[in-house]
Amino acid sequence: MTMTVIWTGMVALSVLCSLATGRGPAVASAAVEGASAAVELALSIAGMLCLWTGVMEVMRQSGLADKLSRLLFPVLRRLFPQAAKDPRIMDAVSANVSANLLGLGSAATPLGLEAARGLARSSPGVASDSLCMLVVCNTASIQLIPTTVASVRAAQGCAAPFDILPAVWLASALSVGVGITACKIFARIWR
Amino acid sequence: MDLFFTMLVPMTIALIALYAAGRRVDVYSALVKGAGSGLETLARIAPALIGLMTAVYMLRASGALELLAQALAPLMGRLGLSPELLPLMLVRPVSGSAALGVGAELISAYGPDSQLGRTAAVMLGSTETTFYTIAVYFGAVGITKTRYAVPAALCADLTGFLASAWAVRLCFG
Repeated sequence: MTMTVIWTGMVALSVLCSLATGRGPAVASAAVEGASAAVELALSIAGMLCLWTGVMEVMRQSGLADKLSRLLFPVLRRLFPQAAKDPRIMDAVSANVSANLLGLGSAATPLGLEAARGLARSSPGVASDSLCMLVVCNTASIQLIPTTVASVRAAQGCAAPFDILPAVWLASALSVGVGITACKIFARIWR
Repeated sequence: MDLFFTMLVPMTIALIALYAAGRRVDVYSALVKGAGSGLETLARIAPALIGLMTAVYMLRASGALELLAQALAPLMGRLGLSPELLPLMLVRPVSGSAALGVGAELISAYGPDSQLGRTAAVMLGSTETTFYTIAVYFGAVGITKTRYAVPAALCADLTGFLASAWAVRLCFG
């Protein structure tokens, strides 16, 4: 429903605004241009996007994600003190985080939900501190190689679509850091 | 440094393939299977892209985006952000494919190597679809009292936006 409000609002506002500014004809042709530009964009990112999902599948089958998940275990135990006692929940949490890091979005969500179910068992209906932490970690992007956005840049004629990587890592690290800190602070003051 | 980023993609692919082959994975079948699932992803986002890019093109042509940008320029300027980025920031937490449509339009309008195009790309790469994720997680486990999850997640999003603009200025001058 949210998108219905946003989309209808955007279209209605454009028409109203074009009537006020006298740009009606421009809006009429923009509607057609926008739709075909979207198809062009989808086609032009298709190759690179599919190549990456292919490489990600190779990575998944090779067990690289499991290895990363074991590496993350000690760090995550500190972030999820409630879950640390239950190895099955911790396994799901670290598998979820490592799948997110590697950009295995379709694998990350079921793992994250499994972890969330485990974490929710102790306090039904109310989000525990660990569950909030898990959700906030999943709402922040920690993907190491942002392939979709790189595909878009490549499709627009960018010679080095991955040159934004350091900036993405920096911004992601700050964003996740603030999310985790906010959770830790709110956990003390929010009842 | 330039060579590093140019070679990053082929090197990553080769290393993953070699590692997987060493672990006796049928690399080629896995690659093809994964590429097929990429097509499914594409089929899922393409209709949303058509809807959203139509609306964004219309908004830009009508002059509404300029008016909005002008009205909010002082606030955005104080945050160190270009006002043109505001639609992307508004739609990002709600819908991933919508944000991709809005971001792609910005990248093509200003160029992928412009300051604005890069900032839009970094914003897309360093933030997630917050409200959708929260709805999926809490919905799946039947949580109605979400306590501080939403404000904490929005703190992270806002930081991601501000940090994107800052990181692009830092890395590309």
